[in-house]
Parts: sequence; C-alpha cells; structure tokens
Amino acid sequence: MSNLLKNIIRFILLMFVQVFVLNRIPALHHYINPYIYLLFILWLPFKTGRLQLMIMGFITGLVLDYFTKTPGLHASACVLISYLRPLLINLLIPQESSEINYEEPSITSLGFMPYFVYLLLLVFLHHSWLFLLEAIQFAGIMYFLTKTLLSVAVSLILTLVVELLFVRRQRIRAA
Amino acid sequence: MLFTYNRFHHAVFMNYANEYTGKISGQYNSIEYYFKLKRTNDSLVKANERLYNKLKQDFEIPDSVSKLVLDTIRVDSTNINRKFLYMQAKVVGNSVGLPNNYVQVSRGSLQGVEKELGVIDINGAVVGHVVDLSNNYAVVMSLLHKQNNTSARLKKSGAFGSVIWDGEKTNVVLLKDIPKNIKVTVGDSVVTSGYGRFPYGLLIGTVSEIENDTKTNTYIIRVKTAADFYNIQYVYVINNLKKEELNDIMKRVKKANE
Repeated sequence: MSNLLKNIIRFILLMFVQVFVLNRIPALHHYINPYIYLLFILWLPFKTGRLQLMIMGFITGLVLDYFTKTPGLHASACVLISYLRPLLINLLIPQESSEINYEEPSITSLGFMPYFVYLLLLVFLHHSWLFLLEAIQFAGIMYFLTKTLLSVAVSLILTLVVELLFVRRQRIRAA
Repeated sequence: MLFTYNRFHHAVFMNYANEYTGKISGQYNSIEYYFKLKRTNDSLVKANERLYNKLKQDFEIPDSVSKLVLDTIRVDSTNINRKFLYMQAKVVGNSVGLPNNYVQVSRGSLQGVEKELGVIDINGAVVGHVVDLSNNYAVVMSLLHKQNNTSARLKKSGAFGSVIWDGEKTNVVLLKDIPKNIKVTVGDSVVTSGYGRFPYGLLIGTVSEIENDTKTNTYIIRVKTAADFYNIQYVYVINNLKKEELNDIMKRVKKANE
C-alpha cells in the first residue's frame, strides 16, 4: 500500500473514532476529554518537512473543529505540536539514526522509552494548549491543571492500547 | 476563535462547515438512529398521551359558556394571532461530554429556521437555542454550554431566575438569582419564563438540590434537566412570530432613553 493511501485511511479512521466515539461516549468525569486524532500527526513519516507537517496539522485540527464547532481551537494546538515534532525527533533519535532505516516514529523505530517520551511530551503540549485556551475563557488554574493531567493520562492509555492492538509493521528502507 | 471576530469569515466558514459536517453526521446518524428507535418511539407515545389529554372533548364545558354569540368580525383570527410556530427537525449531530456542547439539526435557513430560535425536544423539554445555520442545517447551543443563559422561573412561586451550566454533570444545570425569601423544595418544576425565545411553561427540569449561597441573598439551585441529552433524535424549533414587533419596541425605548 502506498504511503499516501495509508495515511489517508489512517486520517479518516482516527477522525471517525474521535468524532463519533470519543466525543460521544458518556464521560467518566467532566475533567476527562481524551483526544487520539493527533496520532495522525505523530505517525507521519520522518521525511515529512516541517512546513508540510504544519499544513497537515492545520488541516487535521480544522477538520475536527468543523465537527466540534470550535473553529481554530484544535487547529492551533495541532500546528503547535507539528512545529515541535521535528525538534523532538532530532533529540530522541538513537545514535545510529533510525531516520534512515525506518519510515515513521513507532516503538520499533525509536525504542520504547524514547517513543513514550515523544508521545507524552506532544500529547501533553497539545492538551495543555487546548485546555489553557478553554480555561482562559471560563475557568481557573485548578481546572486547567487537573483537566490537563487527567486527560493526558487517559489519552496516553488509549494511545498505548492503539499501539498494542495495531502493530505497525515497519519496513526497513533499503539505504 | 479567529472566525468569531470576523463576521464575513465566520459566515463563510460556518456555512461550509455546517453543510459538510451535517452531511457526514447525517450518514452516521442514519445508522445510530436505528438502535434508538425503541426509545424514540416510547417518548413519542408519551408526547402523544400528553397531547390527547389536552383535547377539548375530554373536558366538560359548563353551561354558561355554551351560549351562542355571533362573531361580527369576518376575519380568520386564528391565523393572525398565532404567536409561536413549531417546526420539527431531525437531530444529526450531538455532543454531550464536551465543555461546550452543540446539537446539529437538519433544518436550515431554507426551511425557515433563524438565529436565536428556541429548541425543545419531543416531550416539550427545553434543549437550547439556534446559534448558527447554513442552508440545510442549523447548530443549536444546548443547555449544556457554558455561555448558555436561559431565563426561567419556578412554576410554583413564579420567581424568576436564569439557568446556566457549570460544566460538571451532563444532566444538571444551575438556576441562579432566586431570592432567599422564596420557598423552594426539592422536586419543584423549573419552567421557561415566557419572556425570551420560549412560550411560558415549557419544562426545563426539576429542582434536585438547593444550596445556600452565603455571599449573596440568593440560592444556587441545582436542576435535573428534563431533556435526556444522550438521546435526542427529534426536536422542535420554535419561532416566535411576534419577536420583531417586540424588538422594535425595545429598540425605540432604548433610543428614547439615550
């Protein structure tokens, strides 16, 4: 399957799960709003340039905004994490440079701990940006902190479940 | 957020957004709806029962009223004096658990919906009001929205207040501004005041908890909503046909006071 097709299918599936499952299930608590659609941005190939990443991030966020009627909110959070993604990957990548051998960030290409840190940081940034904008609008600092921490925890658990359920076979690119 | 400050961008963006998300959500809803047929049917039967009980033939008319009087005005007065017009609409999208919730319905400006119209569910319980619309779809700000503010009153005492949402439970809203000299008990009905978008007496919910606000002279009352926001399939959009007249007067009064 070509990379483009794979990513398009991934985008549609993640968006579908986000809009029609995660945004609709009765919340465990009003502080828990998990988001996993940003996996699309986190899973884009290594070779995607920063500008492409940011454009992609903007479109991803905007599509979700269309559904939640919050034009610009998710788009801004997604542009933020797509801007920071190359930076983080450069920091976390192992010495032998898996960038050459693997196509996209995953447990196999980065190693479990670096990949987990990568997930944690970007999910945390995305959620805190989102809930910060929300908290400025109508709530205080405690709301922001608790909501961010709880939602990040739930989002990470969901992300790891997704990782375990759908093991992405990584082709090793011929150098 | 960007778009809310620019009216033209906002209109263009939301028009496309509503049309496309409405279509996609409609497709999804056509599947989801099947699983909710039973509950929708049950509430329709209840709504029918309520309407049957209002029929004229179920009431005995006292003799003094049945005196025949010839009406000399040859005008169909029923048409002219209609104040509220109900229009049915199918719900295609609905969120409940988010900090600000909206209901999307498949009836838009081409089918007579306007901004600021009130929306109720099939049993006459308040759902929210229209905030945005495209040609075939409208977006309704539900009671579960932090900027929502619906004027309400306690049915028993007639005291006014406003209903807001604190974002905590998805079936509890707050009724504020009820002074402490008013007698309130758990289980009292909270209904629409009739001043705003809704006719008087539509149920918003029932009082579930009364809190004494020590800082002010008013209660904070928790109200269990009458509408079940997890299961809305059909709604009625209420058009107040006299609202322009009312708005004109208000404008004139404001101008005179300036």
